Amino acid sequence: MELFWFIIIAIVLTTFFILDGYDFGTGIIHLFFAKEEKDKEVIAKAAGLFWDSNEVWLVAGGGLMFMAFPTYYASVFSGFYLPLILVLWLIIFRAIGLELRGQFDYPMWKSIWDKSFGVASLLMALFFGIGLGNIVRGVNLGGVENGVSMYEAHYFFLPLWNDGFSPSGVHPGVIDWFTVIIGLIAVVTLAIHGANWIRLKTNASINEQLKKVTFRLSMTLIALTIFSLLVWHVINPSPFGNFADHPIYIVFPLIYLTGITGLFFAPTDWLRFCSSSLVIIGGITSSLASIFPVILPSTNDLNDALTIYNTTTSEYGLSVAVGWVILGILLVAVYTVVQKKLLGGKIDDMDYGH
Amino acid sequence: MEDMIFYDRLQFAFTITFHYLFPQLTMGLSLIIVYFKWQYLRTQTETYNDAARFFMKIFAINFTMGVVTGIPMEFQFGTNWAKFSELTGGIIGQTLAMEGTFSFFLESSFLALFIFGEKLMGQKLHLLTGFLVFLGSWASGYFILATNAWMQHPVGYEILANGKFVLTHFSALFSNPWLLPAFLHNQMASVVTSSFVVASIGAFYLLSESNVAYGKLFLRTGILFGLVSSLLVAFPTGDWNAKNVAKHQPAAFAAMEGIFETEEGGAEIVLIGQPNMVEKKLDNKIAVPNVLSFLTYQEWDKQVIGMNEFDPNELPDNIPALYYSYHMMVGLGTIFIAVMVLAAFLLWRKKLYSTAPLLWVILFLFPFPYIANITGWYVAELGRQPYLVHGLLRTIEGISPTVSSGNTLFTLLGFVGLYLLLGLLFLLLVGKTIYTGPHPQKH
Repeated sequence: MELFWFIIIAIVLTTFFILDGYDFGTGIIHLFFAKEEKDKEVIAKAAGLFWDSNEVWLVAGGGLMFMAFPTYYASVFSGFYLPLILVLWLIIFRAIGLELRGQFDYPMWKSIWDKSFGVASLLMALFFGIGLGNIVRGVNLGGVENGVSMYEAHYFFLPLWNDGFSPSGVHPGVIDWFTVIIGLIAVVTLAIHGANWIRLKTNASINEQLKKVTFRLSMTLIALTIFSLLVWHVINPSPFGNFADHPIYIVFPLIYLTGITGLFFAPTDWLRFCSSSLVIIGGITSSLASIFPVILPSTNDLNDALTIYNTTTSEYGLSVAVGWVILGILLVAVYTVVQKKLLGGKIDDMDYGH
Repeated sequence: MEDMIFYDRLQFAFTITFHYLFPQLTMGLSLIIVYFKWQYLRTQTETYNDAARFFMKIFAINFTMGVVTGIPMEFQFGTNWAKFSELTGGIIGQTLAMEGTFSFFLESSFLALFIFGEKLMGQKLHLLTGFLVFLGSWASGYFILATNAWMQHPVGYEILANGKFVLTHFSALFSNPWLLPAFLHNQMASVVTSSFVVASIGAFYLLSESNVAYGKLFLRTGILFGLVSSLLVAFPTGDWNAKNVAKHQPAAFAAMEGIFETEEGGAEIVLIGQPNMVEKKLDNKIAVPNVLSFLTYQEWDKQVIGMNEFDPNELPDNIPALYYSYHMMVGLGTIFIAVMVLAAFLLWRKKLYSTAPLLWVILFLFPFPYIANITGWYVAELGRQPYLVHGLLRTIEGISPTVSSGNTLFTLLGFVGLYLLLGLLFLLLVGKTIYTGPHPQKH
């Protein structure tokens, strides 16, 4: 039952990163590459039409995690207090940037909200990557000092950064050089994903240029991925142990590899978008598989890591929710198909009667 | 610990107060938009369709504000109230996750279609998407109030040896006696808010002699919805809620009503007075004997237990705030009924559009339903104190053990600054939309 809920939440959150991921990506592309007003407008629209229905996946994922793994939700949300609140503020700046830019026709007004959308998207991609880095690295659960656990075993609090940005000590901060690498991987991946979305949904004049950009970004992604694997052993003494114990997990890195290959060879806009989605799916699932069934490793010897088994609620609560979550996901699938179908096609070809 | 809990409570109160400004309008407005759209299909009068489009713009701005200020609410359970989340997540996580899965998805998927899809799908489907947005926003309110109802009146649970609450009866969450009255009261109150906003914009157009045809339509519609909803807010839904509080939270009820001493032979209803917490009595009071007993129990001489008879640890920790919130809510509700009845009467006698003084009153009355609704929310939340889960889990036991008050103060100030900016932008955008007016669509 715990495994079922772990999978459901992983699917919901991965879907969030695929759907809202292209919003983040369009923001990053918007910030660095969109120079002409008509491109800026069409790119903002490619994200603006969908961001709120994409963001719902985060709300649903958070709610389901709250319900199924309350101890984990409480521990992680209070432990990563500062970065999470920063993410909340970024969500606000990104959304209002998208919604406000078209409201007044002054260049300065547009430029302020374009920056708000772009910078917030970039930072959110970075922070989510850093967050994933923290989860695989683990934290000082229970806040052990001089061999004494300061809090209950599963509570902790991380500062934004600590001395030397070192990931290997007992007191890492949220931001260290390892988590920054994972953060950069997320930024590059989502930038590629966003570029693919723009090419799929628009006839923007920068689409030719984006072809070159995604090629260079894809090469960067490969370099960063290899580098992260080389330094993986710094934070985990048996870096690939989980994959050796459970050979089936190798399917997740293979998804990642398939996605990377697709970035270079996919023949159509649609398949290219699927490829970058596969990179996201593969990246998240491989990271989770490397620590599973742990969902937050402990960097001290006193307290046990958090697993899907020691952070959950009652069997009854979990099983009764299975019924409604299946119904809910079916409904969501219907809404999503109806919405994407009716608002399908290229953004700039359409007349929305607005 | 004391200042930790102070900042945590202040932050939650501030962010939820600001957040609730937006959904209370969208819930009621979605109903009125569906009405306009339906009238358009029925009568084929373009004015109705223009009205639907015009309020859809205001709806969309509100919705965005509601979403971006609502996401922090869910996060804050974990960030600032980690112990509470850990202990009760297995139960209220159910209703919160259902809100996301069933209603928020419905609302936001179909809102995009309703705003951008009119030409793509034809008028009947457009009405249907509008209806689905309405359904989604009301379902959201339902699940949020189901969550709150469980905190007010916990049902269907069991407490394990480690203090964790686990669910034993899923259906109990939705047959909670607290839920239905609270939900209906809340929804009617949100219709009051949006009716006053619609009527106020109508009064503005009439008084400024711009968009006069729309002004008359908005005024008429606002008064139609406002009359019905302001009556329903008071009776039966408000009355039903008060009886519920008297039954399940007697200490909160005594504090709301300002009853310190238990009176023999029935309790008086307090119209005016100031709680004096030092001498434990009500100063300067004007009260009508026996009416409270009758309203609550339908018996003139039934006892209402006063605050002085409760264990001080069981009394709400801010009695004056609770008392004033409740009396403001009730007082404003009475004013709304009076204004709406008068306006409806003049409308019937065909004199409303030329009665400038009343139009001015309607124009400037629109902030007050917001105030009434927020004080109403305060009544529920202050009344539940000193508990998070009434009778079972104290507020002090629910905060995050590792987050220091400095961090909470820092993020509180951040939210204050950010929400100030959001509020200004919101007023600018809505002001611009109203100023531009519901011009007919260019074809």
